[in-house]
Amino acid sequence: MSTPASDPNPSDRADTQQAANRRLIRRLLVVTVLMFGFGFALWPLYNVFCAITGLGGRTGQVTNEEANAQALVGDERWVTVTFDANVDVKLPWRFQPYEKTMQVKVGELTETHYLAVNTTDQSIVGQAVPSVAPGEASLYFNKTECFCFSEQVLEAQQSRDMPVRFIVDPELPHDINTLTLSYTFYLQGDATAELHQHDHEHHPHQNQDDASASHTGP
Amino acid sequence: MSTAHTHEHHEAPKGLGRWVFSTNHKDIGTLYLLFSLLMFIVGGAMAMVIRLELFQPGLQFVHPEFFNQMTTMHALVMIFGAVMPAFVGLANWMIPLMIGAPDMALPRMNNWSFWILPFAFAMLLSTLFMDGGGPAGGWTLYPPLSLQSGNSFAFVIFAIHLMGISSIMGAINVIATILNMRAPGMTLLRMPLFVWTWLITAFLLIAVMPVLAGAVTMLLTDRFFDTSFFNAAGGGDPVMFQHIFWFFGHPEVYIMILPAFGIVSEIIPAFARKPLFGYASMVYASASIAFLSFIVWAHHMFTVGMPLGGELFFMYATMVIAVPTGVKVFNWVSTMWRGAMTFETPMLFALGFVVLFTIGGFSGLMLAIVPADFQYHDTYFVVAHFHYVLVTGAVFAIMAGAYYWLPKWTGHMYNEKLGKFHFWWSAIWVNVLFFPQHYLGLAGMPRRIPDYSVQFADFNMISSIGGFAFGVGQLLFVYIVIKTIRGGEKAEARSWEGAKGLEWTVPSPAPHHTFDTPPELDDSQLAHGGGH
Ligand SMILES: [Cu+2]
Repeated sequence: MSTPASDPNPSDRADTQQAANRRLIRRLLVVTVLMFGFGFALWPLYNVFCAITGLGGRTGQVTNEEANAQALVGDERWVTVTFDANVDVKLPWRFQPYEKTMQVKVGELTETHYLAVNTTDQSIVGQAVPSVAPGEASLYFNKTECFCFSEQVLEAQQSRDMPVRFIVDPELPHDINTLTLSYTFYLQGDATAELHQHDHEHHPHQNQDDASASHTGP
Repeated sequence: MSTAHTHEHHEAPKGLGRWVFSTNHKDIGTLYLLFSLLMFIVGGAMAMVIRLELFQPGLQFVHPEFFNQMTTMHALVMIFGAVMPAFVGLANWMIPLMIGAPDMALPRMNNWSFWILPFAFAMLLSTLFMDGGGPAGGWTLYPPLSLQSGNSFAFVIFAIHLMGISSIMGAINVIATILNMRAPGMTLLRMPLFVWTWLITAFLLIAVMPVLAGAVTMLLTDRFFDTSFFNAAGGGDPVMFQHIFWFFGHPEVYIMILPAFGIVSEIIPAFARKPLFGYASMVYASASIAFLSFIVWAHHMFTVGMPLGGELFFMYATMVIAVPTGVKVFNWVSTMWRGAMTFETPMLFALGFVVLFTIGGFSGLMLAIVPADFQYHDTYFVVAHFHYVLVTGAVFAIMAGAYYWLPKWTGHMYNEKLGKFHFWWSAIWVNVLFFPQHYLGLAGMPRRIPDYSVQFADFNMISSIGGFAFGVGQLLFVYIVIKTIRGGEKAEARSWEGAKGLEWTVPSPAPHHTFDTPPELDDSQLAHGGGH
C-alpha cells in the first residue's frame, strides 16, 4: 500500500473531498427521509397484513345467504365461544354479555345478547369495536347482525338488549377450540349533543370525534 | 470560528465562544462527553428516587404518579442523554484521531448536532414542572396510556424529535468522516474496531431514528389532532404502535452496545499486549448483529397475541443473535489467552464488561424463549436483563473508554488507585443492585410500580442498598475526571505500553489540530491489519 507523503495540490484534494461529502450527505438524507416515510407506510402495510392474516382480530360480516352456504358444508363440530365486554373510561355506560360463554356448533348461525345501560341523565352515542382472539380465528368468525355495525344511541338511563348473530366457519383450523369475542364501547362524538328520538336508521353526527369534548368528558 | 480553519492557527480560541461556536471535533467531543456525564447524574438521581421508594413496600416518599414519571424519565434521560451522547462524544474525539483525519467531515453540522441536545433535554425535563407532569407511561410511550398524558406530552414528542435530528446528523457525520476522510492507506479492513462498530451503528441510526420520529409523530397527531393511527375507537390499532416502536427499539439496543463492543475491542488487546484475535470475524459479527436487529423486534411483544408461527420466527431469529455475539466474546477471551496481561482501570472495566454483559446476554436468551417470556414479561427480570446489558454493558464500556483515553484528552494520568477503587466499588454494588432483581422478576414482581406485596421486600431492600452505594460511587468517577482535567502525572504520547493505533502517535494532550497533513502509516503501529 503506497502512501503519498503529501498531495501535490492540497486545495484540489479538499475540493474533491467536499464534493464527495456533499454527494454522500445527499444520499444519506434521502435514506433518512425514506425511512421516515417507511414509519408511516407501516400503518397501511400493517392493516393489509392484518386483513390477510386476521392478526388484528377484526371480524368479518356476511349476509344470511353466505351464512347459509357455510352451514351446508359443516359436519358436527363444537367450539367454545367466550364473550367479553369493555367500556372506554370516557363512556359512562354499563355494558355486559348475557352469557359469558357458549358452546357453539360450527357452521350454524348462533345468536347471543349484550346489555348496555346508559347510567347518566344525558343521551349518549357509543360505538362498539369488536375483536376476536386468537387472531387467526377472526378470519373464520363472521356476523350477520351486530350492534357494532352502527353507532348506538342510548337516552338518559336507557338500557338496551343488543343481539349478535354470528357463524363460525367450518374451515376454522382444528387446533382452535376456544374463541373470544370481545367488544369495547367508545364514546362517539359530543356527549352533550342534542339527539333526536332514535330509530333504526343511521344517524349523522356533526360532532363526531370532537376531541375537546371527549377530553373534558361528560 | 473562522480562525479555526486557518492551518497556522494551532491554539484553541479562548472563552465561552470556543465552546458555543466550536467546529473542532475534540471540543465537540468534550462537550458531548461532559453533557453525557451531566445527564448520567440527572438520570442517576431519578434512579435513586425509584430505589428509595422501593426500599420498603408501601408508599413512603413520592406520589405514585411522580414515581411513574421517574421511571419514564430515567429511561429517556439515560438512553438519549447519557449513553448515546457518550458514544457520539467518543466518536467525535477518537474517530478522526484513529483514521488520521484532521477533523470530522462536516464540522459545522457537528456543532449543530451537539447544541440541539441541551435544548431537547431542557424541554424534556421541563415537563416535570408543567401541569400534568412529565411523561409517566413508560419510555416506550405505548398508547392508549401515553395518549392519556397531559398537554405537556407535546413537549416530550418535540424533545424526542430534536434528539432524533441530533442523532441523525451525528450519524451522517460519522459515516462521511469514515468513508471520505481516512488517511491514505487506511483501508476499511485496517480500521480500528471502534471505528468499524461506529460505522455500523451510524447506519442503524439513520435507518431507525426516522422510524421513531414517525411513530411519535403519529402519537402526537392522535393526541392533539384527532387522527386514529393507534386509536381503536377510530379504527386504529394500539398494537401497531408496538410494532413500529420496536422496529426502532430493537436496533436501538444495538446502537447502544455496538460502540461498546468497539471500545472493548480496543482496550483488551492493549492490556493483553496481543493483537485482537479474529479481527475480520469481529467486523462480520458486528455487521450480522446489525442486520439481525431488524428482524427480531416482536420479541418485545410476545404476549400481545401472535400466531404460533410468528412467535417461533421471532424466537429463533432472536436466538440466532447469540451466535455472532458469542463469536465476539470468544474473540475477546482468545485475545487474552496467553497474553501478558496487566489490570489497569480501563482493562478492569473491559473485563467487567465481558463477564457482566455476558450475564445480560444470557438473561436475554431466557427472555427470547416464548413460553418462558409469558412468565417474565413486564417483570423485574426484564429490568435486571436490560440493566446488565446497559449498565454493566454500555456504561462500563464507556467508563473503560474514558479511563483509557483520558490521558490522551487531558494530558494527565488519572489516579490509578482511585480508578481501581471506582471499578471494584462499582462492580460489586452493581451486582448487589441488579442481581436480586432477577429473583424478583422470577417471583412475579411487575415493573413500573411504586408499591409491592411484602414477599418482595427483602430483595428490594438489598437492591436499593446496592443502588445507593453504586450511585454514590459514580460521584467518585466525576471527582476523578475533574481531578485529571486539572492536573496529574504527565501522560506520554503512548499512554499505555501496549496501546496501538494512530491516536497514540500524537502528543498527549492531543493538540487542537492533528493530522492536518495525513500521517504515514507504520504497519507496526496500527492496531489491526498491520504486519503481525
Ligand atoms: Cu429487542
